[in-house]
Amino acid sequence: MSDIASHLAPSEVAVVLIDIALLTMMAMTAIAIARLRSLFAIVILSGAYSLFSATWFVAVDAVDVAFTEAAVGAGISTALILGGMLLTSRTAKEDSQVSKRIAPLLVCFVTGAVLLYATIDLPGFGDPTSPANTYLAQEYLERNMTDIGVPNVVTSILASYRGFDTFGETGVVFIAGVAVALLIGFGERSLSASLRKKSEDE
Amino acid sequence: MAEESEKTATDHHIILRVTAKLLIPIITLYAFYVQFHGDYSPGGGFQAGVIFAVGIILYALVFGVVDALKLVPASFARYLALSGFLLYGLIGVITMVNGGNFLDYDFLFAEGPEGHHGQHYGILGVELGVLFAVAGSMLTIFYAFAGRAPEIRDEDW
Repeated sequence: MSDIASHLAPSEVAVVLIDIALLTMMAMTAIAIARLRSLFAIVILSGAYSLFSATWFVAVDAVDVAFTEAAVGAGISTALILGGMLLTSRTAKEDSQVSKRIAPLLVCFVTGAVLLYATIDLPGFGDPTSPANTYLAQEYLERNMTDIGVPNVVTSILASYRGFDTFGETGVVFIAGVAVALLIGFGERSLSASLRKKSEDE
Repeated sequence: MAEESEKTATDHHIILRVTAKLLIPIITLYAFYVQFHGDYSPGGGFQAGVIFAVGIILYALVFGVVDALKLVPASFARYLALSGFLLYGLIGVITMVNGGNFLDYDFLFAEGPEGHHGQHYGILGVELGVLFAVAGSMLTIFYAFAGRAPEIRDEDW
């Protein structure tokens, strides 16, 4: 450890320490989610997990991803799962026997080992010679101001260079809304029905 | 009046309600900042739409779904989603009518190859479409879930 620290500037050591702290908190949250049985606590902790990962994305300079993770993961999906939670029971079923859980554990460890093995081939973080940083990204950065004239390259790629993709994504979000509404109703009618039932009860 | 004060005395969510009342306008304003500043800083239609929907959902969670449905009717939410999707497509069709490819914003206005107005307004337009589609769809999904349990009882928390 001291050997690694001697190769890094003090600011880099700070970055590494922040990474380790954030990833440790994410792992602890994940373990807590897996062990808890109260749905409400699980929903809130998954929101916290999203917030930690958003913070970590900021630490690795992926601000656009971080922003989306904070808005979607910590914001709307927590609120939507809270809404869904009201329709079901509040606690999960009891755990099955330990002997039945060995196979899933084995699958987890094998998948984790394969993923760790795959990271050996990945380029270093922020490596300027990695394929992602050389061909297309360089081209976009050079041509952006003459082609589009929008300072934020992420926006110009998302909305202009890849405008057709974003059109498809917007369609996916719209279809998701339509699909949920078709499956369980738009809300008003079931709401007025349950309100009527409530006033009849009283 | 006496009834009112009795109501506030038994309302133990009063801190939650006052805080939410303060936060909801700020959340909505921030959504529009994210929307219209997307050309210069992280963000854009997707994030803005989600943040806008979260503001309304916070209102629904704290003040009840019935009040939220009065504020933003469910029919408005679904027409908003549809109009956003159609707005995006319409901009693509306009560029096609003007002689370009689908969503080629350079053809939005008659300008030389140096002009960037087409790109600017094209991106602004499609991001507005994304904002409407995402905010409307998210609210539709939330209403579909929340409409089934009209009020969140205290023991649910």
